Amino acid sequence: MIKIETPKQLQDLKNEVLSKRVDIKKYITVCSGTGCIAYKSPDVSKAFDEEIKKRELSNSVQVRRTGCHGFCERGPIVVILPEKICYLGTKVEDVPEIVEKTIVNNEVIDRLLYKDIETEELMKIVEDVPFYKYQKRVLLANNALIDPTSIGDYIAIDGYSALAKVLTGISRDEVIKTVKDANLRGRGGGGFPAGVKWETTRNAPGKTKYVLVNADEGDPGAYMDRSILEGNPHSVIEGLIIGAYAIGAKEGFIYVREEYPLALENTRLAIERAGEYGLLGKNIFGSGFNFNITIHRGAGAFVSGESSALMSAIEGEAGEPRPKYIHTSVQGLWDKPSCLNNVETWANVPFIINNGVEWFRSMGTEESKGTKIFSLVGKVNNTGLVEVPMGITLRDIIFKIGSGIPDGKKFKAVQTGGPSGGVIPESLLDLPVDFDKLYEAGSMMGSGGMIVMDEDTCMVDTARYYTDFLAHESCGKCSPCREGLRQMLKILNRITAGEGRDGDIELLEEIAEVVHEASLCALGGTAANPILSTIKYFRDEYKAHINEKRCPANVCNALIKYHIDPEKCKGCGLCKKNCPVDAVIQVEEKLFEIDVEKCIKCGACIIACPKKFDAVKKISEGASVGVS
Amino acid sequence: MKEITVKIDGKDIKCKNGMTILEAAKTDPEINIPTLCYSDKLQPRGSCRLCMVEITKGKRKKLVASCVYPVEEGLVVETKTEKVIKIRKMLIELLWPSTQHLAEEYGITSSRFALAQDDCNLCGMCVRYCAEVKKKNVVYFKGRGVNRKIAFVPGKIDECISCEECFSLCSGGYIMNEMVKLGH
Repeated sequence: MIKIETPKQLQDLKNEVLSKRVDIKKYITVCSGTGCIAYKSPDVSKAFDEEIKKRELSNSVQVRRTGCHGFCERGPIVVILPEKICYLGTKVEDVPEIVEKTIVNNEVIDRLLYKDIETEELMKIVEDVPFYKYQKRVLLANNALIDPTSIGDYIAIDGYSALAKVLTGISRDEVIKTVKDANLRGRGGGGFPAGVKWETTRNAPGKTKYVLVNADEGDPGAYMDRSILEGNPHSVIEGLIIGAYAIGAKEGFIYVREEYPLALENTRLAIERAGEYGLLGKNIFGSGFNFNITIHRGAGAFVSGESSALMSAIEGEAGEPRPKYIHTSVQGLWDKPSCLNNVETWANVPFIINNGVEWFRSMGTEESKGTKIFSLVGKVNNTGLVEVPMGITLRDIIFKIGSGIPDGKKFKAVQTGGPSGGVIPESLLDLPVDFDKLYEAGSMMGSGGMIVMDEDTCMVDTARYYTDFLAHESCGKCSPCREGLRQMLKILNRITAGEGRDGDIELLEEIAEVVHEASLCALGGTAANPILSTIKYFRDEYKAHINEKRCPANVCNALIKYHIDPEKCKGCGLCKKNCPVDAVIQVEEKLFEIDVEKCIKCGACIIACPKKFDAVKKISEGASVGVS
Repeated sequence: MKEITVKIDGKDIKCKNGMTILEAAKTDPEINIPTLCYSDKLQPRGSCRLCMVEITKGKRKKLVASCVYPVEEGLVVETKTEKVIKIRKMLIELLWPSTQHLAEEYGITSSRFALAQDDCNLCGMCVRYCAEVKKKNVVYFKGRGVNRKIAFVPGKIDECISCEECFSLCSGGYIMNEMVKLGH
């Protein structure tokens, strides 16, 4: 294998890869991200391989296992190129038909297309599907085009050309200036300008410097960084090498959580390949610049995503934040200047170098440029990974891309920014999504989690859930975070158990303020956000729990009871049959009732009651009618 | 080392570069910053947060843990601002009863909360003493978040029997109680 030493050799390699493809008329791309793998996409790709071989189409048709396409709700996703025909929920059984009709005869199979929720119109190509139509896919676009285990695929889409450009003709200062001018802000949560961080590390005294990738994505329901590392690891590596050159680092670390086996494997493979081609190691592109990357596998602590905790973990210590009165960019890993950015931030760098500052600045708002990837999950029709220009409204993300709330339910709130973010109510749905606007609303961008909640969600219970998560994922080092969360969790447990007391809301606010002001790290500093934002926007719901012992969303078990509507009950008896504790009593031939004393509120009766009757209900009438 | 001057509670304090605010404050008997996790025998940890003070840098005010914040020329420090007092009062309650000795000064008579273990506030002096001074690493923090507690590395507790030096650092007596519980 030849080492790539000049931009010409990179171009030659690209041409070589492309020349091998001249006879390929169609590509069958099968999403092989973790989501689709769970839907058995490896079986689907294997079936395609066999079918293509059986029909002797191998010379003109290629099956490609790509990274995550994003529309995880509807996997396995198969896209036929060049037409971009988008098949959702593809099964092994569909494979012969797809090859027969779509590949050989150019026919579309309606059954596998996206059907619009309102108009029932069938969408044939990727861009017509509302989930993709309103996105601006830059970083994620290539995920669907390349096999992440093939460096040739990446080079074929001009991969490493930004690195070639930088190492053979752009000065370190210019690279930093470019990133600063683009106003690329850290995608990991803080939104700190990446260029400023790079410059600080570069100017910090000391010969040894480090660059680091934060892939310790620990937010429940968020997987942006995982999908980039799984689907396009070279883009992160290329960004990291460019950063290392500009900063003057010879060594880089990628901190990936152990729970991401595919991301780990694809990243490991990508580093190995890049090394073989001379894109890592000594004298890259003949520039005299040397750089190597080590993967550090995280042992699974949410707090290790905090910069100083992450560095402690790489050093072999427990992942605990350290006081940062001297920034880690000046004194970080092994006390050396260390520049840490998250996966998505690094992946933006090659695009900015190749497409220019103006291109990047043309997307987004005044202070937040470019695109941002969100994982849109929860009570929303189309869930998955979405990449949107900064400044798009929450309404557009949830109702256009996400196609609204399932089962005709009403939107209630959206939780952004991971566990230490906050909830945003319906009145703020037209809020443009950028770092500063979300912060002003009492939440934050975080790394891009977006959990949609419908009217059946209790906001006190939501705050309790996140506080519980944080109380257990806090490192426990500093007392305001550890003890503050402990007490706030106790209070929330009490309120949701129907034992709320007068003054609880104010007490929560009082503790929250100290947790926010006095904690050692940003995790503690933001740990009260779920509580503060739910109190801010849903104070009445807290009051209903505390004063009336009522859960308006019918969620908190201690405050609800199950009830059979005598008008609706047709006496089928399915509820009685499914009740595990014999709490359903037959009162008349065609009428059943629930014995609230015996009922354990498991909900089996609601599930058992046929939809057309809809007779079993949860009700929360409050203390006045005897719920205790 | 270079001598520098910082202003703490309006008084000019002369100190050496490399010192922390807390160390500088300790040179003046009239300045009193409370601490739980600080010991002059150990590396500062900045974890109990009782020693938080408010500093002014240019136009910006900031709350910092004085035991880890390094002094710099012209730094203005206030140790008893409204915000600082509010934080300390809440921490005294949250860490009760290990903070009882501060109760009177801060006008607190009892706590609205209860610690998970009333003989340990997780100041970590035992852990640090064992690691930094004795270089044994027998005592350690087990678990994280609200489940965190002090524990002995299994099989190494025999080393403690001949040492027991951390007992005197432990205000709540937890470490001794644990040893007794383990039959030593």
